Amino acid sequence: MQAAIEINELTKDYCLGFWRKRPRRALDGLTLTIEEGEVFGFLGPNGAGKTTTLKLLMGLIFPTSGGARILGRQIEDVSMHHDVGYLPEQPYFYDYLTARELLDYFARFFRLSAEERRRRIGSLLDLVGLSSAADVQLRRYSKGMLQRIGVAQAILHQPRVVFLDEPMSGLDPVGRREVRDIILDLKRQGRTIFFSTHILPDAEMLCDRVAVLVGGKLQGVGSPEQIVSIEVESLEVLFELPAGSALPPALEAAATQTGARYRIQVPEAQLYDALEGLRTARARIISVSQLKPTLEDFFLRLVGGEQRRHAVEISGGGS
Amino acid sequence: MIWVVAWNTFREAVRDRVLYNLIFFALLMIAATVLVGQISIGIEHLVIVNLGLTAISVFGLVMAIFIGVGLVYKEIDKRTLYALLARPLRRRQFLVGKYAGLLLTLAVNTALMTLGLAVALFYVSRTFVRSDLSILVAVYFILLKLALVTALALLFSCFSTPMLSTVFTLGLYLAGIFSTDIRSFGEVTESPALGAATKSLYYLLPNFNNFNAIAAAAYGRQIPLVLVAQNTAYAAIYITLVLLAAAAIFSNRNLK
Repeated sequence: MQAAIEINELTKDYCLGFWRKRPRRALDGLTLTIEEGEVFGFLGPNGAGKTTTLKLLMGLIFPTSGGARILGRQIEDVSMHHDVGYLPEQPYFYDYLTARELLDYFARFFRLSAEERRRRIGSLLDLVGLSSAADVQLRRYSKGMLQRIGVAQAILHQPRVVFLDEPMSGLDPVGRREVRDIILDLKRQGRTIFFSTHILPDAEMLCDRVAVLVGGKLQGVGSPEQIVSIEVESLEVLFELPAGSALPPALEAAATQTGARYRIQVPEAQLYDALEGLRTARARIISVSQLKPTLEDFFLRLVGGEQRRHAVEISGGGS
Repeated sequence: MIWVVAWNTFREAVRDRVLYNLIFFALLMIAATVLVGQISIGIEHLVIVNLGLTAISVFGLVMAIFIGVGLVYKEIDKRTLYALLARPLRRRQFLVGKYAGLLLTLAVNTALMTLGLAVALFYVSRTFVRSDLSILVAVYFILLKLALVTALALLFSCFSTPMLSTVFTLGLYLAGIFSTDIRSFGEVTESPALGAATKSLYYLLPNFNNFNAIAAAAYGRQIPLVLVAQNTAYAAIYITLVLLAAAAIFSNRNLK
């Protein structure tokens, strides 16, 4: 099967300062392959390089080095855009147009017949819940409504690959649910979705795979489950003690009691020792379960580590 | 593709009430026709043609510069360009589309003002004569001039802020008006280097004097066809070169 998106050592430096002599690396040798039909989440804190990556893929900015192919075609080839949809971050559209006019304007670039344009625009406006505001100028739209029309214009021409930059941004819970449903619907249709987000529950719920980007560098790629199961934090043992029994002192200190039940958290390597202690105390084991970090824990740890590393670099550079 | 962008640019100008300048032009023409009869006996035709063509030129120039300098900048600044360039649209197609859209706006605006001038002229003269055809040629020259100014404004809009682009475009326009004087200055100087420099400048700067046929039209002088052909060719070549430069700059520009 052909890869939908192949990113190869993609690097982008921005030149800062009045004379543009101070380079800052926004993206550092990103290499990724996304298969057709995948929902791929691109995670990272603000300034991680997510939007830079999407802009590079859409040809809005140019790479310092490296390259990428979408559906087998180089990103410099604009004919590839026939099969690609894009929702920019915090989208802003021509505010003198109505939603219907904007979609019609964009649809004209795909040489659709007037009848086909009318049909698609009507059903898309229904899909994103904007039918009642279809003939209102966009200058009267709220941020959430602009986000919805942004999603509509991205999928207007039924692209095979859809790039969404923070698609849930600015949406209320109902809007987020609707966009989630649209993404799932696109996935059912076999389309590839590449979206950046910092709303981790959405990524966990929607994505086949996620990549975590911090400071322009790729920190990890895998399914949300794979990423968080890289490291099992500890195990939790839930048990009850019969009347008159006492726990060994080491376990006593670690246990927390809720009603008649106790729970202890032990590192994986110490599980059997803890179980032996509980057997001696004639405890009734109710459950033993893994405590996995959530994607959010993983993400925060990566970001925290990167920030600490960055702080060390800065203080080291200053000495 | 180009036509789709051009039509939207025209629609934007109309919805931004750009054509409201026609109201001022109409008021100016009405005032002129009323006043001219009282203060200039026998030269009403001359005054109306002079005033009308100058107004068409100035109104058009203001539009070409002030809209032209924002053509690309505004799209980048407001990030409306992002979703647009995600279509199968080349940057140079976008650029030519924006240019054609503003040109269409200017053409419609100029056509309506010319109609206003014709009405005013008919009001004071009660007839049209054959020599009035030179007014149409003068209007065509104004359009060529506006097309050239718009191309320059678009070029600056590709890499500069509207404020600086306005200064650059206006500066080039003024320099272009005086390009013949610059050459004459070089011819009287004794320094060969200065002579060569002024001669180069003369050929490099757009010569806007070529497009001024207002006096000829006002006096009913016939404008030779060869001049029409020369001016058309000059404008076409100059505009093509400017648009090629704009496309080269814009096609390699990182959008913020």
